[in-house]
Amino acid sequence: MSNGFLAHLGRAYVGLILFFLYAPILVMAAMSLNASEFYQLPFRGSTEWYARLWHNGEILSAAWRSVWIAVIVTLIATTLGTAASVALFRHDFRGKRVLQVLLFPPIAIPWLITGTAMLIFFFGIGLGRGTPAVIIGHVALALPYVIVVVSARLATFDRTLEEAARSLGATPWQITRAVTVPWILPGIIAGGLFAFAVSFDQFVVSYFLSEPGDTTLPVLIYTSIRKGFTPEINAISTIIIALSMGIMLLAARYSNFGGER
Amino acid sequence: MAEVRVENLVKTYGAARALDEVTLDFPDGGFFGLLGPSGSGKTTLLRAIAGFVLPETGRVLIADEPVENVPVEKRGIGMVFQNYALFPNMTVAENIAFGLDVRKVGAAEKKRRVTEALDLVQLGAFGARKPHQLSGGQRQRVAMARAIVTRPRVLLLDEPLSALDKALRVDMQIELKRIQREIGITTIFVTHDQEEALTLSDRIGILKDGRLIRHGPPREVYDDPRDSFTATFLGDARIFSGTREADGLRLADGTLVPGAQGATIAVRPENFQLSASEPNAPCRLRAHLVQKIFGGALGTCLLDWQGEVIKVVGRDADFRALPESGPVWVSWQPEHSVTISP
Ligand SMILES: Nc1ncnc2c1ncn2[C@@H]1O[C@H](COP(=O)(O)OP(=O)(O)OP(=O)(O)O)[C@@H](O)[C@H]1O
Ligand SMILES: [Mg+2]
Repeated sequence: MSNGFLAHLGRAYVGLILFFLYAPILVMAAMSLNASEFYQLPFRGSTEWYARLWHNGEILSAAWRSVWIAVIVTLIATTLGTAASVALFRHDFRGKRVLQVLLFPPIAIPWLITGTAMLIFFFGIGLGRGTPAVIIGHVALALPYVIVVVSARLATFDRTLEEAARSLGATPWQITRAVTVPWILPGIIAGGLFAFAVSFDQFVVSYFLSEPGDTTLPVLIYTSIRKGFTPEINAISTIIIALSMGIMLLAARYSNFGGER
Repeated sequence: MAEVRVENLVKTYGAARALDEVTLDFPDGGFFGLLGPSGSGKTTLLRAIAGFVLPETGRVLIADEPVENVPVEKRGIGMVFQNYALFPNMTVAENIAFGLDVRKVGAAEKKRRVTEALDLVQLGAFGARKPHQLSGGQRQRVAMARAIVTRPRVLLLDEPLSALDKALRVDMQIELKRIQREIGITTIFVTHDQEEALTLSDRIGILKDGRLIRHGPPREVYDDPRDSFTATFLGDARIFSGTREADGLRLADGTLVPGAQGATIAVRPENFQLSASEPNAPCRLRAHLVQKIFGGALGTCLLDWQGEVIKVVGRDADFRALPESGPVWVSWQPEHSVTISP
């Protein structure tokens, strides 16, 4: 009986968490479909705000910018992160553990502080603000995620497969391509999706490092809100949320269940 | 094909010596069985020949050529791993073709050799399957085919049959021997199964704590173990020691073993006879039967003699007349007392 009570309590607790997480998002999604500009009820369904997005050049160009920056960041971070994971897996060297531990703080340090540090650093080395700085900053933020996800997948890799390939005459590069990468591919895909999400959703670092005018979508949304809140923002935010959640679902699928296909 | 030779190999892990001055010849085209208890250095020796383990001192020669500075991938070896290590993302045919692909062998030649290898291991119809669709014995054969298709100079096998059940293991032993004879490749085989080593090998080597204790043709080593470790490890023999006298060996309890030639002798379990009444055999002891173990056609009896265990193996039928436990006579013929060094 007390078990049943605990189970109910547990369910209520999970329900509450989900409510606080998703209620604001659902309200926003609902309002993006409400015809009234001032959130007036009763609700009258309309796709007007979505239609307007298509004619808002500022939002479109920011969205396009966010996407291509995220794609470049994903390519760079996934390649570097996978190479680093494989190297960490294959070789034992002094300071390896220290290096692995050093990979975690960028995930834990507040982005505001990372962003400030990067801004100071990029000005210090003469790079300053701009797209290259944004891309480098995003890669630095995304890299630990890729390494953690790919390394987790590598931990399930049977080392004797690499030894078998070597005994058959394969060079390290041939082994990587034909044996190791096919095994960790789900991890690479998941890591890439994380990298995309980290870059696409990135606000703080983008805000600090981008030049005025060259904004990404999150930065544009932030600046628009300060000018005045329009349901158009609800619409674009709803699209971003749908996209991000889709990516995270895919990433979860690849990182957890990818192996047994 | 090639002869393999290791000279004065030493490999240490921390304070422990996994290989301790091992010098050994593996004749060209022979089947060499490496035996020893767990942790005796068998795998380390095999991996040193393959190139995965780099010894601190000593040399490895394949076809008279030193290979210490040759990486694994250039040593021209074939290797079969205990867990087979088949590439899960490739089909059986792709697995076998892998070594040919990395050597850039042409398509027609590749197809011919893969087919040939599949036929050799009697898996002609399985080329398109994935490893997870095969039984243990079939995987074992694929691993063999993959290891030999590149025509390596040496075939290295680390307990390749230990993951199989008993009946299949015996089948695969015969299979392994057939394949090895057919291609005549120098083969080095690690096993912890004495019987397997004795059955398959032309020569065996026995390792203990990283040292090579004994090597030679199986029958020679079995019949004349020379030292107590080999006698107990290979033949499960009982060691008796005492003082040498003119007409035999005087044991601690006063028993005289007539005809024994040294201060220490070994007698194997299958050479003992048991009887309830005093036997005629010249070598005999009074012991206490502790346990009879039924094992089908052959049975085992465990006896207590002077606080030590004597193991006796024989036809179960011969043990039936004995009581379940109690005093019995153990006897053997003088020619079964094998003189060894202590
Ligand atoms: N990578 C390693 N690091 C530390 N010690 C090792 C390593 N590899 C082997 N050893 C040690 O070296 C000794 C020999 O090991 P090896 O694996 O060669 O034994 P083995 O004869 O193959 O045993 P088994 O029958 O259990 O496979 C053991 O004491 C083992 O603990
Ligand atoms: Mg071993």
